[in-house]
Amino acid sequence: MVIVGAGEAGTAAAIVLRERGWRGRLVLIGNETMLPYERPPLSKAILVEEREPGPKLLVTPERLAELGIHYLQGRSVEWIDRATHTLKLSDGSLLAYERLLLATGARPRNLSIPFDAGSRVATLRTYADALAIRQMIRRGGEVVVVGGGFIGLEVAASAVSRGASVTVVEAGHRLLTRAVPPPMAELIRTKHERLGVRIETGAVVERIDAKERRSKVVLADGRTHLADLVLVGVGVVPNVELAETAGLVIDNGIALDETLASSDPHIFAAGDCCSFPHSLYGERIRLEAWRNARRQGTVAATNMLGMRRPYEDVPWFWSDQYDETLQIAGLRREEDVPVARNLGAKGQIFFYLAADGRLVAACGFGSLDAIAKQIRFAEMMIGRRLAPNADALADPTINLKSLLV
Amino acid sequence: MLTTTRDWVAVCAADALAPEGVLRFDHGERTFVIIRSPEGEYFAIDGHCSHEKVHLVGGIVDGHIIECPKHFGSFDYRTGEARTLPACIDLQSYEARVNDGTLFIKI
Repeated sequence: MVIVGAGEAGTAAAIVLRERGWRGRLVLIGNETMLPYERPPLSKAILVEEREPGPKLLVTPERLAELGIHYLQGRSVEWIDRATHTLKLSDGSLLAYERLLLATGARPRNLSIPFDAGSRVATLRTYADALAIRQMIRRGGEVVVVGGGFIGLEVAASAVSRGASVTVVEAGHRLLTRAVPPPMAELIRTKHERLGVRIETGAVVERIDAKERRSKVVLADGRTHLADLVLVGVGVVPNVELAETAGLVIDNGIALDETLASSDPHIFAAGDCCSFPHSLYGERIRLEAWRNARRQGTVAATNMLGMRRPYEDVPWFWSDQYDETLQIAGLRREEDVPVARNLGAKGQIFFYLAADGRLVAACGFGSLDAIAKQIRFAEMMIGRRLAPNADALADPTINLKSLLV
Repeated sequence: MLTTTRDWVAVCAADALAPEGVLRFDHGERTFVIIRSPEGEYFAIDGHCSHEKVHLVGGIVDGHIIECPKHFGSFDYRTGEARTLPACIDLQSYEARVNDGTLFIKI
């Protein structure tokens, strides 16, 4: 068994393969020169904490040894020969596989505009990226975040809490356009503005110049912002090149069936790099999310051992913004009907009902204690395809658990 | 009497917590989560998940399992045993007892 990519999905798969009884050789290949680590803290704790924190490891070296997982770090895969079940690594060595898991993740999308090599423009994906960004955030310094998505807003929250002056420039007409319903995005915007983040929507960046060890961000309308750090968070691109070169079918990521097998039955994929048909939504989706990566790694590992288990988890996302949490279960479409549940000072939840009354998504923003349980019960309702009463959903005195039966 | 025993600390009126109910209890620098099982028994474990410092009071109870509200690690709250990754370190469990209508835990 060979796993390419030692992020959340790949590492989870390696551990699960052993736990489910695989006794043969097990190789985990990572292109970073460190042990597998958790990425969620990179935009939060790693940027905020007083003293530079180390990476939060997914697995200790002792545990890797105990499980007999052969971890090859600092290496990438150059090609896959599917006819002979062989991989070639960047160090020149060849590796045979019986089953292969591609957990190659995604990489930050670059701005499609000119910027000077000397300008302090950064993207955030790896621990090394986070340490570099941490160095560029200082009290009284200027940070410009390009892109009002999850990564951008989390870095904005972290930077402003470190005493930097922060401006978010978003080309769209509101924040979090892809993932979050408009009223919730508005709450999050208010929260950021109250804590001192300047937010400019409809602001298109034209170019970024280097200027005396700082960056000058030039907007299409002529306005400029000087910055010690320009953080670009404009989405990610799935890493499909290896799979594509090997002749696997690609469709918004490595195209999988519901058991997470690719167009080659010996090759599976998991996490940000793949797309898969979801029975709840009747279409092929690709998710960029921590929990999805972890759960897909687990299911893919099970299926690499010969099971045929479909991956049917309800999509779930979370983002920390200051002391509050955003959690989203399910996927919402434009035509779904919103039902608001107001938790007062503790937060707000929006449920989304499809035309047939079925609950398809729920989104909560507020204190973790107030919203997490409710989003979890909503997730269960979505998974069971329930059509709860809208009045009950709207009434905060009704325990959502009572709607599960 | 339990109330005079040094290690036992009063938490709340026992009937303040319904079956499957969860309660946060802070005592000095320490924090605990108190769970009443579907059968009506009381249990107490450390309040923070052993994976990251997230309080378990926001998590759901399913049978004898409490789940972390953030990353979905889970614990058997009767023993504190970690059951689901990313939680892999067990939590300390504490004796709980009802005396004269009041819930006490031994800490």
